Amino acid sequence: MKFKEKAKVLDELAVDKTLERIAHEVIEKNPSGKGTVIVGIKSRGAYLGERLADKIKAISGSRPLVGALDITLYRDDLSGATEQPVVHATEIDFDIDGKRIILVDDVLFTGRTIRCALDALVDFGRPAEIQLAVLVDRGHRELPIRADYVGKNIPTSTGETVDVRLKEVEGTDEVIICERVK
Amino acid sequence: MKGLNNMAGAAGKLQWTRKDLLGLEHLSKEEIELILYTAASFKEVTTRRIKKVPALRGKTVVNLFYEPSTRTRTSFELAAKRLSADVVNIEIEASSVKKGETLIDTGRNIEALKIDIIVVRHNCSGAPNILARSVKSSVVNAGDGWHEHPTQALLDMFTLKSKLGRIEGQNVSIIGDIAHSRVARSNIWGLTKLGAKVTVCAPKMLIPEGIEKMGVKVTSDIKEALTGADAINVLRMQFERDTGGAFPTRMEYFKQYGITKEKLAGCKPDIVVMHPGPINRGIEMSSDVADGKNSVILEQVTNGIAVRMAVLYLVGLVKEGAR
Repeated sequence: MKFKEKAKVLDELAVDKTLERIAHEVIEKNPSGKGTVIVGIKSRGAYLGERLADKIKAISGSRPLVGALDITLYRDDLSGATEQPVVHATEIDFDIDGKRIILVDDVLFTGRTIRCALDALVDFGRPAEIQLAVLVDRGHRELPIRADYVGKNIPTSTGETVDVRLKEVEGTDEVIICERVK
Repeated sequence: MKGLNNMAGAAGKLQWTRKDLLGLEHLSKEEIELILYTAASFKEVTTRRIKKVPALRGKTVVNLFYEPSTRTRTSFELAAKRLSADVVNIEIEASSVKKGETLIDTGRNIEALKIDIIVVRHNCSGAPNILARSVKSSVVNAGDGWHEHPTQALLDMFTLKSKLGRIEGQNVSIIGDIAHSRVARSNIWGLTKLGAKVTVCAPKMLIPEGIEKMGVKVTSDIKEALTGADAINVLRMQFERDTGGAFPTRMEYFKQYGITKEKLAGCKPDIVVMHPGPINRGIEMSSDVADGKNSVILEQVTNGIAVRMAVLYLVGLVKEGAR
């Protein structure tokens, strides 16, 4: 299947501003920063989680603890996936019991990844609360899941993909909508 | 664990395509690295409060053991259970083999029970290969005769890598009954593929002819094997197998080859001491070494579960085309 770039919806500056806005919203919604931790979903959500923590520190002065979660083992399509996914390590070096977790991912689509992440998190402990922050919500949910913080709502068709490129991976920050070419 | 995580790039692109894990002889360096990388992820799972992930939910694993084994079977059983697979143990002494059923027939019967993975230990070299050719289920070799014991070698390498950061260029000496050891053979295949410099050391009678063709240095001088070694893997003297005439007495073996504090005195201070277990204390190794600061013997046991989880995950979810 081939895809071609259709439109750039966020550039470097916009990604940065969007994360900053989410940071403000997180602080506004949770005025006492105590007990707030960030868990990013690997791989891009983990980088975004680190950045969000930096932004929160710049505003409030204290940086929440950050962990990274690999959800591969919780996927509901492991037996059917066309490629066998590589399992990466989860790195949550703190106790999540009683914590308020800000779960971070790049794109919210069907909601299945978030379902995996919720299942995985409860295996680590019993958080007081889990909130969800995503850079992009592209719609087409297949499960009753919604985000508490949305960087940008991007209506898409199912034939399109949303590519999030980050400096840590691709060397540049941008969000691109691509469409399938026949 | 740093050394294990920073190979994400290389391992991240590789696809596992084998239905079975029969040995390390035919695996590529990249495949071995993928197993070790995957095992590092599973090691984290074993530190969680809930040490169980749903990856193999609905799959069934059979431990088919034609030889007595407690530690390997328990390790495989725990690994399968922590992946949410269902596990059945078949100890064959008490089973149909006594009634004359062949290995292939046993395999086909197990397959008819809709089993996804067969973990097999057999006293005949090559038995897992025969089984793998006869069934669609995945087959994992848990030790066959004097041939291979791939998961033991993988957990040894995993332990080495987490202790030393990398395997390439390290001096590793394998000491003891090389002739009767499938652990030695699998370790040699794996370590040389990953670029370690391997020395084997034993009394002449316990060194198989032609072993140097596997790319290892051969010596009967324990001092030579210890000097400059970054790690030693001390094998168990297998008195239950025929070692007749290889050395005069057990005491004599200990005197010459047993690893003691005194013998380690001239070695690298942080030399890693491994043993696949169970230890014959006072024969291969003195207690002060087995329980000393250089010993990683119990870490090997812990790592064994993570490594076996990785192997079961990889073969259990291999894509249909490979079956």
